[in-house]
Amino acid sequence: MEIPYTSKPRPDTGVYNAKIGIWLFLASEVMLFGGLFSAYVLLRVGAAPGEWPHGWLNVGLGTLNTLILALSAITTLLAWVACKVGQFGKFKFFHACTLALALTFLCVKMYEYHDKWIHYEIKLVDGKFADGHFEGAVYVDKAANKELEEHSFRGMAFSEVSGGVTNNYELVSVTLEGRIVADEKDLMDLRAQKHIEHGKVTIERSQIKHMENYGPWHNTFLAIYFTLTGLHALHILGGSIVIGYLWGPGRKMWKKDPERFTNRIEVSGLFWHFVDLVWIFLFPVLYLM
Amino acid sequence: MEKLVQQFPPHREDDAHHGHGGHGHHEPGFWEKYIFSTDHKTIGIQYGLTALMFMLFGFGLMILMRWQIAHPGVPVPFIGPLLEKVLGSVAAHGAISPELYNSFGAMHGTIMVFLGIVPLAFAAFGNYVVPLMIGAPDMTFPRVNMASYQAYFVGGLIMLVSFFIPGGAAQAGWTSYSPLATTIPTNGQLFWIIGMVFLISSSLLGAVNFIATIIQLRAPGMTWMRLPFFVWAQFVTAFILLLAFPPLEAAAVMQLMDNVAHTSFFLPTGLAVGGQLANVSGGGSPLLWQHLFWFLGHPEVYVLILPAMGIVCEILANNTRKPIWGYKSLVYAALAVGFLSFIVWAHHMYLTGMGTKISTFFQATTMIISIPSVIILTCFFISLWGGSIRFTTPMLFALAFLPMFGIGGLTGLPLGFNVSDVHLHDTYYIIAHFHYVVAPGTIFALFAGVYYWYPKMTGRMMNEFWGRVHFWGSFVFMNIVFMPMFAQGMAGMLRRMADGGANYSAAVNSKAGAEVVGGLSNNMMSLHTGILWGAMCLGIAQIPFIINVFWSIKHGEKAKGDNPWDATTLEWQTPTPPPHGNFDHAPQVYRGPYEYSVPGHATDFTPQNEPEGGATPKPISTAH
Repeated sequence: MEIPYTSKPRPDTGVYNAKIGIWLFLASEVMLFGGLFSAYVLLRVGAAPGEWPHGWLNVGLGTLNTLILALSAITTLLAWVACKVGQFGKFKFFHACTLALALTFLCVKMYEYHDKWIHYEIKLVDGKFADGHFEGAVYVDKAANKELEEHSFRGMAFSEVSGGVTNNYELVSVTLEGRIVADEKDLMDLRAQKHIEHGKVTIERSQIKHMENYGPWHNTFLAIYFTLTGLHALHILGGSIVIGYLWGPGRKMWKKDPERFTNRIEVSGLFWHFVDLVWIFLFPVLYLM
Repeated sequence: MEKLVQQFPPHREDDAHHGHGGHGHHEPGFWEKYIFSTDHKTIGIQYGLTALMFMLFGFGLMILMRWQIAHPGVPVPFIGPLLEKVLGSVAAHGAISPELYNSFGAMHGTIMVFLGIVPLAFAAFGNYVVPLMIGAPDMTFPRVNMASYQAYFVGGLIMLVSFFIPGGAAQAGWTSYSPLATTIPTNGQLFWIIGMVFLISSSLLGAVNFIATIIQLRAPGMTWMRLPFFVWAQFVTAFILLLAFPPLEAAAVMQLMDNVAHTSFFLPTGLAVGGQLANVSGGGSPLLWQHLFWFLGHPEVYVLILPAMGIVCEILANNTRKPIWGYKSLVYAALAVGFLSFIVWAHHMYLTGMGTKISTFFQATTMIISIPSVIILTCFFISLWGGSIRFTTPMLFALAFLPMFGIGGLTGLPLGFNVSDVHLHDTYYIIAHFHYVVAPGTIFALFAGVYYWYPKMTGRMMNEFWGRVHFWGSFVFMNIVFMPMFAQGMAGMLRRMADGGANYSAAVNSKAGAEVVGGLSNNMMSLHTGILWGAMCLGIAQIPFIINVFWSIKHGEKAKGDNPWDATTLEWQTPTPPPHGNFDHAPQVYRGPYEYSVPGHATDFTPQNEPEGGATPKPISTAH
């Protein structure tokens, strides 16, 4: 049994099957991201005055990632063109570029996530706020009178078993690379604050009322930022796997059925362009607006 | 009739001795043939059996809930001890606790909608029938089709497993409104969300496949206006699934983040749980969940009803022996329903205080969408006029669909106006309304479809006598179950009360003689008992059907030929059951789908692949 129109277009519709399939799939993807974008709009419109953050994301890195994806869109297109004109060597080169660009994008994204991960806001007992990147924390085991310096935050207290002995460590102080502000609102809009004085700030345990990093739980902006960009990064990852497969083991089809292989490159390319397009919306909405 | 059957090559069984070697394809083993099959017919049957099983399970949950409503706190007879053994303290002493009742309520809805009716109406019938009807060898993407079933199966399994985790299954209703869904201390909601993500992915894969198949694989001559209405209905349904489900997936992702990453998408500032301020950042919007949910939720109603209308249309034409009246109106009405279904969702949210302007918009669109629905129903009624009706079992179910869906649809109008909806919202009136649409409506059409296409799948007829017993039992008891709920709802009985309103009415009745507005009278409360008995009898009425389905595979009366109903559409012009690949080459289609009783024609039906001038159709399969 042969399914018709797997590589040749059907005359009256003008397309082959997979092309219709991918367009339909992309239509549903539009609705998926559309749902999340509409959530963004509702959350932002519904935020109390002055509580929607501005300038929290690194525009430079965002621009870099935008350029990387734009470039990868070009290499994807050139890879497909190379298949169309039968230059398999060029195809391999261009799609290797696409893959490298995709992985670079993900690395930049990981760096940005990590930057948020180690960024803490501490609500102080005196009503002020300390805000900055985590430098270190000092813990003490009162029973053994042992001090410990950690370079990642391990909570207000933690236990460690070593050599059959359980050591209960408690936080003594936290050091941030950042600043102290009087009002939480001062942390919200960073666009106007051109020169923020940064320095090492050490906070004693007794001064800490609440300490939280800039994860998705911090506020709704970061929630939607992590969800949207996370889902987008998953799409990049999925696209990379498909492109990697077609570049690697999947390329055997080129020998048997070059036309169908070219179609596969076209279809995966359509997906890739869609993922790029989503980023084109994400970048201004999250980084610039 | 005889003549027509002989034009086709003999059945696969008869052909078996000729050997397969010459055709160069291997005979698939058991796993490949029945479990990991890419054949649309096998996948259709897999979907059908799984969905029927889930529907039976969902029905069982309902019986337990009805027991609890009629006899609050009384141990369930016979299966009470079993419940306690399996589910633990939530079913202590064999009685259903309010928490368990809430789980059963949430899971009854979820299972019936997402694991029962959609897979049966859309995936099962669509998979089996659509490629045959349009003259295609299979779906465009057979392996995607298999993945679709597997995702559905895994999603269903996750839902079932959630009953047995500590705390039990989801308790926040099938609508899973936040913040309730996030604050109930059970992981059931987490299972629900993950299960839904699988089910949504499954229907997404199915929808892409259906649309691509209908666009790309129509046989030569099968123009758009020659498609049977069933195919049109599935086409529109697939578009609804494709575009309406993803926003729910977005919402599910956000609720997942709320539950796992402690975000506050749907949790407002100042949210208090159990008198304590919740430890969340706040700033979220509970209404956002409702908007995203109902953006799927309302189109979903048409996902449930359009395939049913498609089935009814095929059976009506076949059993009235005359063309469907207003085929083109049906097609355009179905398209209009599909489009309009995307802009009516907020009529589920009149009580959220969204403002009169928006209410007015959604009232208007809600009233407008009733027009194409009525067009469809009217075309069906007029089609009956002057027909020589054969009262076969599928026809009985299809005929009963018309008034039952009519009741369901018309009782929806008061819910579409916000003035009357304020009174009826969240009462048993709503329960009665949408069950009339889906239970005696859609489910009757699905039964009709099973009886109608059974001889194509197996080569044997289902037993007519027991079919009739099944029909009359279902018809009578369905109404006994749901009709009283209209009265209860109008009297103010709220849905989702674990004791069926006993406490509420006791408080009223203790002030004997006092006129308490909105109280539940003893008359209304006593209807619970009647409904419970109706529901049990409805269950008993399904036994003949279950036995009939399995018994007839081997022992049913042999179908007379490949086209026992003398039908015109292409699925009846193939061998029975159709072989892998369905057709050797695509059949040529010469005419519309409902050419019954054409004057001057030898038989009272003219198959779609019969050439002009009555020449014999070219054989369309040689059935390896």
